[in-house]
Amino acid sequence: MFTVSLLLVAVAWESYKLAGPADGGSLLGWRVLPRANDRAMPHVWDMVARLADPERRGSDTTVAQVVLSGTWYSLRLVLVGFALGTLVGFGLAVLMARFRLVERGLLPYLVVSQTVPLIALAPLVVAWGGRVSIGGWVWPRWLSASVIGAFLAFFPVAVAALRGLSSASRASLELMESYAATWWQTFRRLRLPSSVPALVPGLRLAASASVVGVVVAEISTGLRGGVGRLIIEYGRQTTSDPAKVYTAVFGAAVLGLMMAGLVGVLDLVLSPHRRAEVAS
Amino acid sequence: MNAVDVGSVSMIFGDGASRVEALVDVNLGVAQGSFVSLIGPSGCGKSTVLRLIANLLEPTRGEIRVQGKPARQSRLDQDYGMAFQHAGLFDWRTVTKNIELPLELKGWDRATRRERALEMLELVRLPEFAGHYPWQLSGGMQQRVAIARALAARPTLLLMDEPFGALDEMTREHMQAELLRICRETGTSVVFVTHSIPEAVYLSDHVVVMSPRPGRITATIEVDLGDRQGDDTREADEFYKKITEVREALRSDRGEHPTGVEDR
Amino acid sequence: MRRVTRVFVPVLFGAAFFGAWEALVRGLDLKPYFLVAPSTIAEQFGSSWSLVWRSMKVSGGNALAGLLIGTGLGIAVSLVTSRFRLLHELVTPLAVALNAIPIFVLVSVFNNMFAITSEVPRRLMVTLVVYFVVLVNVTRGLVQVDRLHMELMRSYAASDWQVLRRVRIPNAVPYLFTALKIAAPVAVITAFVSEYFGGSQNGLGSAIARSIAASRNDQAWAYVAGACLLGLTFYLISTLLETVATPGGAGKRPAGRS
Repeated sequence: MFTVSLLLVAVAWESYKLAGPADGGSLLGWRVLPRANDRAMPHVWDMVARLADPERRGSDTTVAQVVLSGTWYSLRLVLVGFALGTLVGFGLAVLMARFRLVERGLLPYLVVSQTVPLIALAPLVVAWGGRVSIGGWVWPRWLSASVIGAFLAFFPVAVAALRGLSSASRASLELMESYAATWWQTFRRLRLPSSVPALVPGLRLAASASVVGVVVAEISTGLRGGVGRLIIEYGRQTTSDPAKVYTAVFGAAVLGLMMAGLVGVLDLVLSPHRRAEVAS
Repeated sequence: MNAVDVGSVSMIFGDGASRVEALVDVNLGVAQGSFVSLIGPSGCGKSTVLRLIANLLEPTRGEIRVQGKPARQSRLDQDYGMAFQHAGLFDWRTVTKNIELPLELKGWDRATRRERALEMLELVRLPEFAGHYPWQLSGGMQQRVAIARALAARPTLLLMDEPFGALDEMTREHMQAELLRICRETGTSVVFVTHSIPEAVYLSDHVVVMSPRPGRITATIEVDLGDRQGDDTREADEFYKKITEVREALRSDRGEHPTGVEDR
Repeated sequence: MRRVTRVFVPVLFGAAFFGAWEALVRGLDLKPYFLVAPSTIAEQFGSSWSLVWRSMKVSGGNALAGLLIGTGLGIAVSLVTSRFRLLHELVTPLAVALNAIPIFVLVSVFNNMFAITSEVPRRLMVTLVVYFVVLVNVTRGLVQVDRLHMELMRSYAASDWQVLRRVRIPNAVPYLFTALKIAAPVAVITAFVSEYFGGSQNGLGSAIARSIAASRNDQAWAYVAGACLLGLTFYLISTLLETVATPGGAGKRPAGRS
């Protein structure tokens, strides 16, 4: 079904190209119709073909190779960010579950933080690259991108983890109490496993958030090696090479899909006991 | 020594305008090996009594002793097993691991735990479901696993809060017979909370009738139906006689509220 | 008493956080490129207010335009797809997959389609993102109706149109507001992020980048504060709309997905 949808999108794209105004147009007075010429909207098959062609004139490497290596670079950054954000977010959730005071004080901010464009802080954090040093170790530039990814991933994980950790039924909690179990025992055997169903959607959000964070960070710094940089670079070359930028967009899409796949795997690993419930 | 001694216990929740006298001056003794039911309309405090015995609540006044010890010590020593209306099994654990839960908390080693869990499964007649997950079992089966879990550490006392309430009639009757069989085999004392008169009469040696506002015991009815092993126990004259006795005891408290679900 | 502590504790934590921040910057004498003290930010915010406000209007305008159009389109299309099973099956997996992908990168594509000074690429991007959020949630509201209600309507021999009007749409209203509560801040974030891809330089994102390039980090933070304010306002308005439109108590449904 998914492939059918994609095909439909491709068909819609090409149809517009056939029917649409070559130099853009107006709808009800607003200049909102995009240009349908080959420069602005390359044919779909051109985009695919571009993947196979050499990246630069005279170069041996194909665009596909460059985009893939860029995607791989960004993926590693995203994984670091995701792992970091998830760990810290989960840790904070445990703290909040343990100490009501901490929960009361921090939860409102966590909730609010998801409505605020935290990504605005990205350029500021990126600026730390190369200028911060602790002892002999200099902050590598790529770390800023991961940190921003981690920062964006942290909030959904903290909120979802807290919800999950508080989701144990009263009867189960009473059961543990009747066993004279300590808080830690109750945590390990009840709260933690019962938090998984609520945690997984949070991980999904965190995965896409860390992708956003890393890509934006790459763009605002022009961090070399990643897919974000490629998008900007190819974006600048659209006058001479219109189809190229789409290849980088494909790369970013692959990045997102791989992270989504990772969360899917995590879901399977963490809940082998659950029957196949339809997730969407 | 009695299995349970509840001495002049009162339980008051809240204060000022929201003050509720859940229990007032309740006295109860449960002899070793006996089966005692608590029955009464909603709000009479029967679940509260159970929770007090389980030390999930502390009484406002009075004292509770379990196996001669203060209730709190008894809980810490894990002298009792508890079962609720909903089996409350952990979805992420197999049936066997669910039964092992209290044993894990007590620090038993893996092999002994496994052995005891399987033994319990035999007792409740579900050995072939050892590796299944709760969602694969019916309500009645889940409740049997919950009972197996409650008995896993071989406690001398079983506390049950309407454990068969969520089951259909046929399964209920079957579970009641099973429960009796198991308790006879293990010699466990039982305190059983229920809404159902026939259930209370079928299972118990003593039926304790309670009434609300304030919660208190209004009558204790002794029931002697022999060994209750046969199918005809539920058809015996004595059975119906006792049911009527309990019903009348329930009605006689001020008579202003309905006496619960009578035709179960 | 309860309510007082409920407000007091977060306020206390917030104050402690800002206090610690201020102390950190002052105490360790941190350079602006690293961290700027809250007091400096507040000062800068006040003095540059007119500039900040102007950028806020641009970014906010893009977010709002995209939000309105995206919501309208999302509702319209969901009404259509909920009617035809096949369409629903086609659209849903696409929407789910798009959830995972950073589609805001398409702005670089949009920028090519329009003039360089146009705000349309940003608005288009926001529209697209909001559209999917609204589509997924509202469709769910229109489709996931209580079976009991459907059986009842069938027993009344109700037409599809009547079912739509009397059951599906009322059912979908809470879902719409859940979608809005997600979409409103996302609209701001998307409008913001879109500015990093080139094109018109009037918005908040560009202003921040500009300030950093000019080594005016204090100003950059002021714009950041403006962005946060914008996002918060959008969210609050959508929450307000929800309370106004669902007097019987909203949020009885579980939260939708973004």
